[in-house]
Amino acid sequence: MSVLQTAARGERKARSAGRGTGPRAGRRGLSRMTRWLGAAPLLVFAAVVFGLVLGMMVYGAFTTPETVPGGARLTGANMTASLHGAYLTALTGSVRLSALSALIATVVALPLAHVVVTSRFRVLREAVLAGSGVLANFGGVPLAFAFVATLGNAGVLTTHFHLLGHGWDLYSFWGLTLVYLYFLVPLMVLSLTPALEGLRRQWREAAHNNRANTFRYWAHVALPILTPSLLGGYVLLFGTAFSAYATAAAMVGSSVPLVTMQIADALSGDVLIGQGNVALALGVDMVLVAGLVMAVQLPLQRRSVRWLA
Amino acid sequence: MARLSTFRFPFRFGRAAVLLLAGAYFLVPLACAVAFSIGAGVPGRSVSFDAYTGVIGADGFTDSLTLTLKLAAATIALVLGLLVPALVTVRLAAPGLRTLVEIVCLLPLVVPAVALVAGISAVLRWGPDHFAGTPIFHVLVALQDPNFPVVLVLAYTLMALPLAYRMLDTGLAAIDLRVLVEAARACRASWPRTLWQVVLPNLRGALLNTAFLTLALVLGEYTVAAILGYRPFAVWILAISGSQAQMSVAVSVMGLLFTWVLLLVIATAGRTRRPKETS
Repeated sequence: MSVLQTAARGERKARSAGRGTGPRAGRRGLSRMTRWLGAAPLLVFAAVVFGLVLGMMVYGAFTTPETVPGGARLTGANMTASLHGAYLTALTGSVRLSALSALIATVVALPLAHVVVTSRFRVLREAVLAGSGVLANFGGVPLAFAFVATLGNAGVLTTHFHLLGHGWDLYSFWGLTLVYLYFLVPLMVLSLTPALEGLRRQWREAAHNNRANTFRYWAHVALPILTPSLLGGYVLLFGTAFSAYATAAAMVGSSVPLVTMQIADALSGDVLIGQGNVALALGVDMVLVAGLVMAVQLPLQRRSVRWLA
Repeated sequence: MARLSTFRFPFRFGRAAVLLLAGAYFLVPLACAVAFSIGAGVPGRSVSFDAYTGVIGADGFTDSLTLTLKLAAATIALVLGLLVPALVTVRLAAPGLRTLVEIVCLLPLVVPAVALVAGISAVLRWGPDHFAGTPIFHVLVALQDPNFPVVLVLAYTLMALPLAYRMLDTGLAAIDLRVLVEAARACRASWPRTLWQVVLPNLRGALLNTAFLTLALVLGEYTVAAILGYRPFAVWILAISGSQAQMSVAVSVMGLLFTWVLLLVIATAGRTRRPKETS
């Protein structure tokens, strides 16, 4: 995601630079069919693979399993089931974990990004930004193991400081939050940097000349300008945390109820017949949430770019 | 001026504190992982590098790594093979397709990996019942060949599309494709030759970045492979963690360092190039 944003930034620059070359020139002598030919493999691939996968998911989510008597019939039962009982607990658990860890990451990343952006030391800035790019893409199994080795039941810090006696448990909601912050904070630093770089020194000076203190400068000038970036970043973090699976699976197993784990468990087979279709319904739930996230994030990102251009 | 410096003064300490705390949070787990893997800090163990030296001979290591590398190579080939012609076409011949291609490439962002794999397994379960005896049945079986599960390549390609699209599109925007192509065509180069000898060499940076990022994605991918029951690298690490905890952490650390070097190379390449674009 993070690389995606940096790439998007570069693209805008480059596109505006290259404007003015008309679309006509390369077309000579090519019929409509041959012109589309180059894009055909991609479109066919996406239509077949993606279409089949998404189609089956939606179809399965709204039908009964074919193994039951009567075969596949249209039903809303799977979707209903996916919003009740243990599944609802998992869904809300995921939402709670994502919302909370994204909030903490936002609160932590803002001062960090500000310190880094305004730092006088170029090396520090470059190092932190490059490091953030790496850490934001760092998740999954290795991250889980690094934390298990550090703060797990036999981890280095746990044994050294006898944390277990103080009620520490990495394999819990808060433990997972702590681990998620490891890739969420860098992601937020990356998405806030362009906005913070866009805050001009003159605005701050103007505010101070008008007798605003630091608090008022932040409350009335900086934060309102940063709001779209903060919100967009928050939503991005929420989506990232919401769809994360590998870290949690490698670390906590099923002791923290998460929707991704429920789907994986239902797919692994050792459950009641018909749960497969509930897993698909849960998948549809996830796609809806992720779609909502994108629908909120893209306009916000565009707006923050427009304001700070 | 005096006012400015007085209000900034307490902030200095704040800066240092923020940096120190962040540094501790991000470095301590890594240091502890290394310490754990060599046995330092674990009571009753002497320091040794057995976990690192023993990896090569470990059961299943070479199998899972070769499988992962094969998958990565196939995924990179498929991603580039699909995207490069499509993006060149969009820029040169069919600008009307631009929105469609963009939507198609960004759509996978809306489908989390777990949801994707739920859909895939539904297709794999549903297909054989309905197409038994037809060629489609054989295709479905071939897709799931445990020696080289093509279905993973398809899934990874979908997952890599958004990132690869951005990378390649940025790369294409930075060169003057139309002029290059017209120049080559005016010199009577054929279309394939124009693509191969003029367009692709100019896109080298973007192609390499895309390939590296796709490689990093495939190396670290766990969700899809684990749920579909295959055993590439990331799944293998988790499988050995029960019996050989130290080695699993050691392999994680090494995998991590490799991925970091890879991503740092991309990051620095991207950073050194940017000033040139703006000037």
